[in-house]
Amino acid sequence: MPSVLVENYFRTEKLPQIWCPGCGHGIITRSIASAIEKSGIDKNKICIVSGIGCSSRAPGYLDFNTLHTTHGRALAFATGIKMAKPEIKVIVIMGDGDATAIGGNHLIHACRRNIGITAIVYNNSIYGMTGGQYSPTTPKYDKGTTAPYGNIDKAFDICKLAASAGATYVGRATAYHASLVTSLVQNAISNEGFSLIEAISMCPTYYGRKNKKGSAVSMMEWQKNSAINISAAAKMSPEALEGKFLIGELKNSPEPEYTNEYQKIIDRLKKESQ
Amino acid sequence: MKMEDIKAGEIQNEKVVINPAWCKGCGICVAFCPVKALELKNDKVVMVDVDKCTQCGMCELRCPDYAIYLRRKKNEKQG
Repeated sequence: MPSVLVENYFRTEKLPQIWCPGCGHGIITRSIASAIEKSGIDKNKICIVSGIGCSSRAPGYLDFNTLHTTHGRALAFATGIKMAKPEIKVIVIMGDGDATAIGGNHLIHACRRNIGITAIVYNNSIYGMTGGQYSPTTPKYDKGTTAPYGNIDKAFDICKLAASAGATYVGRATAYHASLVTSLVQNAISNEGFSLIEAISMCPTYYGRKNKKGSAVSMMEWQKNSAINISAAAKMSPEALEGKFLIGELKNSPEPEYTNEYQKIIDRLKKESQ
Repeated sequence: MKMEDIKAGEIQNEKVVINPAWCKGCGICVAFCPVKALELKNDKVVMVDVDKCTQCGMCELRCPDYAIYLRRKKNEKQG
């Protein structure tokens, strides 16, 4: 019998999961389940949607209403679910390639509309499932199978992208900071509008191996040493922050939510036609 | 947790339960155990020093495979 959390929120008959040894995705998935447990929402009032990629296997293991959709389109399907059933808490799990490359347009427009969806991006800096191609979040000069001499593209900052496109709750954590993933997802779920949580994962199989980052443990050590909580960063010099990245709650500014606004139009027109 | 709740193949002591069938031997729990109570043996996690374990839960928190978790304490409510 697995732990109570896993027993209650996972399809245990589908376990063990098929992610590579040391993949951070399992840790983040557990943290999401923990956030849902803490938020106390009825399992049947939650729908988890994913696209395609390693991360998108997560809803297969989670015991909720789940939908595994096409590459990059998880947010489009999720938008449909939320519009049809606004009372449902819709959680979208995407990878970095899924969310910011093929699904980039869906992402910015879901942010812009501030529709009540919680998007969680598992960012492992590479396309793992298809063999290690570089993604929009592969750091500049790092390698992938499609960038054997180093990637010259500048990486996206997913949180900045989402915040500037209009997401009303934005946060970042890592697989190492698993408890922070839980608290951010919990806050994100309670935000009425569009929330985005970037969860930095690790891919020892492709990104790690191609870039000589060592084992899963050393990649987690890097997360531990390079992540600075935003509250601590405020007291640090720019030199001290060199090579670091911020974690924690990066944006929290509630605004009117899309399906509520839509309902207002319906109510107004109904009134006017009477 | 009662003895009969433990599936065949799971290893337990008074502190944790380990499911070797799910363990992929990534070593994350071993590396981040603050009291160094865990080790990898034949690519599976084992608890080498039960007395050291404080049940802090760091292994359970960071195990990607849900293969190690704390035993519920006596009288603790299930779920």
